[in-house]
Formats: sequence, structure tokens, C-alpha cells
Amino acid sequence: MAEITTDTGVGVRPALARKPSAFLEFFSRLFREKPLGAIGAVVCLIFLFAGIFADLLAPYGFNLIMPINRMKPPSLQFWFGTDNLGRDIFSRILYGARLSVIIGLSAALLATVLSILLGITTGYLGGRFDMIVQRFVDAWMSFPDIVILIVVVSVVGPGMPQVIVVLGCLYGIAGSRIIRSAVISVREQSYIHAAQSIGGTTPRILWYHVLPNVMPPVIVLFTTRVGAVILAEAALSFLGLGVPPPAPTWGGMLTGSARNYMYLAPWMALAPGICLTLVVFSINMFGDALRDLLDPRMRGHR
Amino acid sequence: MSDAMTQERPAEPKATANVILDVEDLKIHFPVYGGLIQKQVGAVKAVDGVSFQVFEGETLGLVGESGCGKSTTGLAVLRMLPVTAGRIVFEGVNITHHDQKQMRPIRRRMQMVYQDPFGSLDPRMTVGEIVGEPLVIHKLHGEKKERRERVMSLLEMVGLRHDMIDRYPHQFSGGQRQRISIARALAVEPRLLICDEPVSALDVSIQAQVVNLFQELQERLGISSIFVAHDLAVVRHVSQRIAVMYLGTIVEISSRDELYANPKHPYTQALMAAIPVANPVIEAARAHQIITGEVPSAQRPPPGCRFHPRCVHAMPICSEQTPELKNHGSSKVACHLF
Repeated sequence: MAEITTDTGVGVRPALARKPSAFLEFFSRLFREKPLGAIGAVVCLIFLFAGIFADLLAPYGFNLIMPINRMKPPSLQFWFGTDNLGRDIFSRILYGARLSVIIGLSAALLATVLSILLGITTGYLGGRFDMIVQRFVDAWMSFPDIVILIVVVSVVGPGMPQVIVVLGCLYGIAGSRIIRSAVISVREQSYIHAAQSIGGTTPRILWYHVLPNVMPPVIVLFTTRVGAVILAEAALSFLGLGVPPPAPTWGGMLTGSARNYMYLAPWMALAPGICLTLVVFSINMFGDALRDLLDPRMRGHR
Repeated sequence: MSDAMTQERPAEPKATANVILDVEDLKIHFPVYGGLIQKQVGAVKAVDGVSFQVFEGETLGLVGESGCGKSTTGLAVLRMLPVTAGRIVFEGVNITHHDQKQMRPIRRRMQMVYQDPFGSLDPRMTVGEIVGEPLVIHKLHGEKKERRERVMSLLEMVGLRHDMIDRYPHQFSGGQRQRISIARALAVEPRLLICDEPVSALDVSIQAQVVNLFQELQERLGISSIFVAHDLAVVRHVSQRIAVMYLGTIVEISSRDELYANPKHPYTQALMAAIPVANPVIEAARAHQIITGEVPSAQRPPPGCRFHPRCVHAMPICSEQTPELKNHGSSKVACHLF
């Protein structure tokens, strides 16, 4: 601050200049202050790239059946072993990453956006609007998830977009309660009152004051939803309502024939299980780091 | 408090001063619901028939104990609460029934400073964004750079360094935060400032600084203000006229010097007697008049004069007839004694 010692006031410029790149600064802070979060981000990126470039990386096709190599344990030839049909598990994991990560991220994103929209409007506006909308949420949540899924999928047929939309809506509507309760506590803060008395419009207050202040639960909601969605997709695939085979998803690999051969070929379940755990854990760590880094009060803390 | 606190200001506003705010018989009742079908079973009469005026350039102090409706009055003037009855005229415009959209241009003319210096600033915004927000909302100083310079000059006006503009509220102390709050209120050059106990959450030494800042800015900018407080020493220092409230009504309005030298209403007298004297010998020797009993419920205020159950001068008429706020000398008192 040595350069700002003059007393001329308004004319002094140094504070006017913004830092060159907020984006770069964010990443350097991520690695410095939150090493675990940084590792999480890197792991997520690795899986994302593995999914995107599965065609180039996979040593075998995801549905290439090699009857001679059935249920081979992990080896140099088959890194994660082979399944009961003699398909290379490593290749299937790579292709599965594509589907699982896409489904996980997009359904969780849809769910979070839905939760924010519902939670912020009902929580902030309150009153009769809140009453009515939340009774619909009650009704929706009182249905068993699986019933809604079966109905929707039997009408439109199984497939990835359906799975994303259905899971997104399921988790989004239920999650709106969490956002709503956070909004209600923020709404009573006097800075919201101040913004109203200044003359701020409701959309403006929601966007600039309410949303940033409910970001911590939003981020946590999103990261936990990613894992939940990947697992829910596995349950759907198990019922034959998910992404239809032979397309590999981690959930499908985990719940399908892997169960029947649990004792003969444990690696069939181990590989997708470990990958699932790793991705969910990494996203959670990254989400936690993100939450702390975005909070101005946490600046300079570990 | 510091030397500046003892500097007296001219007690009376200029005789020709214009009325900037005229509040007439204002009532704010909060409905109370009960029973199975949530029927309205009563109302908390937070403000029940309050009339006062604020003149151009003057500060009206609003004092009273907690729950007497002084903050509610302030919020009602800003039209942040539904008005049950009465009339609020600001700069000649009747704003009693304005909706939020109609209020928007008027909000530029009246601003508020809050009590809680820790809750009233959005923790996720920088000081520049906070102080600049009213400018954005009212589309003043549209260009970003221009706005930033305006915010910097505002920060200097309230005694902060302009290079603090990119800091966040949590990096400031209570007194500094209150300065930021003042800067935000002054950003749009309002004519009326409503201060809801702006210093009661601060240390006494910081209180003096912030109070002095208020005075200095007000003299410089000629802003009128309503200063809500329960601290009589602070109110005496900042206001030219003072209204004393009790249970939703004004019991006495008069000029500061008159009120402190010659309090008329028994409640005001008791309040004045409760101010401790700095000299312990005098303090020990002087007579203490203590108000007994509790403040009655605002949902079921006592009939007649609201103060009569606790008043030492209570007469039969007090419980039957509500005293009106009448001129008595240079002040107005609502008491059957006068």
C-alpha cells in the first residue's frame, strides 16, 4: 500500500486497477490453501478426460467379448481383469466414465438449479405462494422415487436423457427444502432489509444478495447429489430402466453380473466400486474447497 | 465522551424551515392470529396514533424504552411496513398508500442507517459494491469507473481510506462498518436520513466518533434526520427536537433544551431522572424517581392515558380519557396535568 500515501483522495488510481486474472488467482489459491480440494479437482478432471477420450484410451472395445479370457484377474494384459463374458473391465470403466460422469454431473446440475429456483422463490417470497408450492413438494416427496421412475420410463422408454431429467427432478424438488431453509435465515438479515429500503427490486435482491449467501449449502448439495445420482442410475440400470445395455455404466457394472460372481471374480465389482467412490469423494472434497474459497470471510484461512 | 460532545448546537431550527416529513395520526398494528382457523384475534398496537413533523435540516430525536414503537415508526416512514391508518407526507407527497414500485424513486430521497453494524452489510460484497449499490439501483453515476470514484469520495467523506474499497465487511470493526453504512445511505444524496439506533451497538468511545461524524455530515449536507435511540445522552447531543414515546404514542415533543431543562410529562421526568450524574456526590444526594411496574402489553394497552398505571400523578380522569398532544409553552405534551 506504499504507493497510496497521497492525500488528494479521488484522483488516486492504484485501487482502481483490478487484478489481472481472477481465474488464475483462484487456482493458485486452490492449490495453496486447499491441497485436498485441488487433488479432488485433478481426479475429477482425470475421469472427465478419461470419459471424453475413452475411444482413444481404451485398449479394447467396451463390448468386445473374448470367451477365452473370461473372468481373468487383473494382469498386464487386462489391467482391471475381465468380466464373465470376457470383456476388458478397464475399457468398460473408461467408457462407463463417459456415461456415469455425464449423467452424474448433468442430473446433479439440473437438480441443483431446480432446488435453487424453487427454494429461493418460496423461501424469500413466503406467505401463500410458499404454502401452495411446498404442499406440491410434499406430495411429490411422498411418492416413492421408484414409482415415479417406472411411470416416466415406461411412458418415454429407457435412455440417458430420460434418466437425467427424471433423476434431476427427483433430487431437485426434494433438495429445494434445504435451499428454502437457508434462504429463510438469510431473508431475515438486515442487509436484505437494507437492500429493500434502498429500493432494490426482488429479482435483484435474489440474485445479488440471497443467492451468494446461500452458496455454501448449494455447493454441498450439488457435490453430494453427483454421487447420489451415479448410484441411483446404477439402481435404475439394475431394474432395466437405466441406460440400456450393452452400454457400460459404473452402476450397471457394479450391480449386474458382478454380484453373481462376487466370490469367483471380486475384481468385477471392485473396479467400478473404487472408481465410483473415488469420483464421489473427489467431488465432495472439491466442493468443500470451493465453498471455503468463495467465502470472503475465509480468505487467508486454511 | 470527547470534547466535541459538549459543543452545543443551535437548539431551534430556522423559523422559516420547511416541513420535509409530516406524519399524522400514524397507526401500525400487527395482527395476531389464533385459534384453529387462524382467525385474527387481536393486534399488537406497536404505533398507535403518532403525529410529528420533521423540518428541513433538523434532527428529530425519537426516544423511549424498548418496545415503545420508535423503530417501527422509523420503518413505517420508509414504508417498509404496512400502515394501518394515518398519513405520511414526504416532501409534499402523500406516500401512505404508495406501492413498492411507486416508492422506488422516493427511496432515493430517504435512506436508513441500521442498528446492527454486523448484519446490515452483505458479507459477500466488497465495500465498493455495498456503497455503490444504491447508485446502481437508482442509475446514478452509470459508468463503472465514475461510480468507483464516487464511492471512494464517499468513503473519505465518512473518514475511511479510499483504498479500503475492495475489502469485505468482515475486515472492519464495528465503528468502521457503521461508517460504511452511513456512506451507503449518503450515496444517493438523500434529504431524510432515518437512523435506527445507529450507535447503540458500538463501544462508548466509538459512539462519540460516529455521533460526531453524523453531526458533521448533517451540517455539511443539510440533511434532515430522524434519530431513533434509547440513549438520552446521545439524543441530546445530536437532535434539535426530541419526541418521547411510550407504548406506541408520543407523550411529549419539544426542543432539546426545553426537554432537558424542563421535562413536563411524568414519564419524561422519570426518564430524565434516570440519567446518572457524573459526580458521585451529587448522584448519591439527588432524589431518584423510579418508575414501578412493567410496560403493559401493546396488544391490550390500558384505557385512557397509557402511562397511568405507572404514573405517580395519576388521577381518576387518566384511566378514562386519553390525553391529547397539546401545546404547552414551546412544547407539546399529552397529559391531563396540563
